[in-house]
Amino acid sequence: MQNQNLSLINKIIDSDIFFSFKKSPTAIISSLILLIIFFCSFFVEIIAPYNPFDPSSLSLMDAFTPPSWSEGGTRNFLLGTDGQGRDMLSTILYGSRISLIVGFSAILFSLILGVTLGLTAGYFGGRYEMFVMRITDVQLTIPSILMALLVDGIARGIISRELHDQMAIYVLIFAIGISEWPQFARVSRAATLVEKNKDYVSASTIIGVSNLMIMVRHILPNILRPILVIGTIGLALAIIAESTLSFLGVGVPPTTPSLGTLIRIGNDFLFSGEWWITFFPAIFLVLLAFSINLLGDWMRDTLNPKLK
Amino acid sequence: MGSAGARRRAGRIGSRARDSSGLVFVIFTRRSVGYFWIFWENRANSLRGQSDSDGALSSFSLFTFVGDPINNMVGEETSEKERAELRVTLGLNDPIPVQFVRFIKNASKGEFGISYQLRRPVSELITERLPATLELVFVSAIIALTAGILLGVYTGINRNSFTSNIILGVSLLGVSLPTFVIGILLIYLFSVILGILPSFGRGEVVDLGFWKTGFLTLSGLKAIILPSITLSLFQMTYIIRLVRAEMMEILQTDYIKFARARGISENKIQYRHALKNGLIPVITIAGINIGTLVAFSIITETVFQWPGMGFLFIQAVKFVDIPIMSAYLVFIAFIFVMINFIVDILYYFIDPRIRIKGTE
Repeated sequence: MQNQNLSLINKIIDSDIFFSFKKSPTAIISSLILLIIFFCSFFVEIIAPYNPFDPSSLSLMDAFTPPSWSEGGTRNFLLGTDGQGRDMLSTILYGSRISLIVGFSAILFSLILGVTLGLTAGYFGGRYEMFVMRITDVQLTIPSILMALLVDGIARGIISRELHDQMAIYVLIFAIGISEWPQFARVSRAATLVEKNKDYVSASTIIGVSNLMIMVRHILPNILRPILVIGTIGLALAIIAESTLSFLGVGVPPTTPSLGTLIRIGNDFLFSGEWWITFFPAIFLVLLAFSINLLGDWMRDTLNPKLK
Repeated sequence: MGSAGARRRAGRIGSRARDSSGLVFVIFTRRSVGYFWIFWENRANSLRGQSDSDGALSSFSLFTFVGDPINNMVGEETSEKERAELRVTLGLNDPIPVQFVRFIKNASKGEFGISYQLRRPVSELITERLPATLELVFVSAIIALTAGILLGVYTGINRNSFTSNIILGVSLLGVSLPTFVIGILLIYLFSVILGILPSFGRGEVVDLGFWKTGFLTLSGLKAIILPSITLSLFQMTYIIRLVRAEMMEILQTDYIKFARARGISENKIQYRHALKNGLIPVITIAGINIGTLVAFSIITETVFQWPGMGFLFIQAVKFVDIPIMSAYLVFIAFIFVMINFIVDILYYFIDPRIRIKGTE
């Protein structure tokens, strides 16, 4: 067992991907930043100095404390506090967790939907393929933010207002997921069209492997690379979409603020000089999206040199 | 998002442009079919009301649950009988094709019903808000195109210079910056710290009767600077990259080498011979992106409290105001179709090959 693990690690270290990773400082820095952000948001209860959603720990006396290095700041609140006396650092960490959860779930949802439809469309072909591809054509003409807004609006019509606040996060995941899937469908169909004419697929068909098995066990692993690349860039898009919708006030409810909600709340205080309430969540969001994009760019160049 | 489609379209220029010298109807090709589909869905969305409509398509069934217009129009205490009467007067019991034809008739006259929330005709609301959005989109498109093409040509020609690398680095950052964050940062810098530009609204507008314009007053011109920069930034980075890639590719081709051999000045080669060919895909994509600009103006208008259609739409989404939502979608579809049409005509003027083929 120990040996197996060791050989797997050796295999990873010897691989081309790891070699190119070692050689690329942007990839190392951006993945380090991402690792820190993921770690902090995942263990936010332990790391965050305060729990901003525990009313007993809040004091209005602390409201609008500037960041610790500027005049009037205290060392208790590193990045200052907002209008309710919540510590900005803790609120941002809690908020980034919501943003990451929504972003990951949305991209997973659209990945599963898109790859399933794209893979089957490419594999079976015929009218079914035509049908699926026409749907993606239609949807690609609609800007994704508009699509997400529409889905959100329709969901509001269906779900009653009281229920909507509880369901908001699922609606959001669905809305963002449904607006991103055509990319995955397109890429996986194109890759499947190439793969399905290769000998190993014919060989599997001859020995009587079922269609489902061929698709899942044989074709899917071979088309994973391009999917992984657009999945990474899609994650940045999904996180930006989530914060945009929350900023517009149709995203997650203010009781569980995400980064976008925090920026919206802080925006009201911008003119009275409390810049840090909106500035830090915004910087955090940009840092997150920028790191993911850099990592995605690096992945695209490494995994698929032809795309360059 | 639409980039994949755009590239595909760019590849079909020849075949599409030939069509365009024909009937206006040619523009109802693929892309427009999508909008027709929205049109249809919306139709189902906005005037559907009979629970007994048999044989409804599966796509309609989703919309069957979206807020009954009757419920939105009357109070809680209205009796079933009154509701049924209202249904008949509004024609909600007619078969769907009949309703659809009536909707098209009304829509072609610019009537989309009455807003649930604001209690005013949607057509009135839209004509009131339309100039603000179109002016914003117009200015942003010009900024994005001029700055995008200029910087793109520069980075394409001076490939490895220091300035080029900085421009490209900043453009990558621009892709990662959400539109609203750009807006907030600009407001903070220019309105709060420097205090030289207004942060919200349109400033003073001049009423031309059918069009309220902000271009004729100083405050109106000042007010449009920040929102239009915010809106154009994302598209600009996109155009920079596109023009750069095109220029780099074209400068390698044989006819440029021949031009050099003939001793034509480098400036003339770059701007007359190379750029002109590089512009065709740029125009395709820029055309599509103007449609995206209209959609993204929703965000910019919210940040800057710009009294345009996007602001109206976001309020409509919050209050499930179906007539406004559907009218907005039809409007977006109309803009997309119009832009496609204009782009097709532009090909005709830019690329002589298309003109010659058209006369065959």
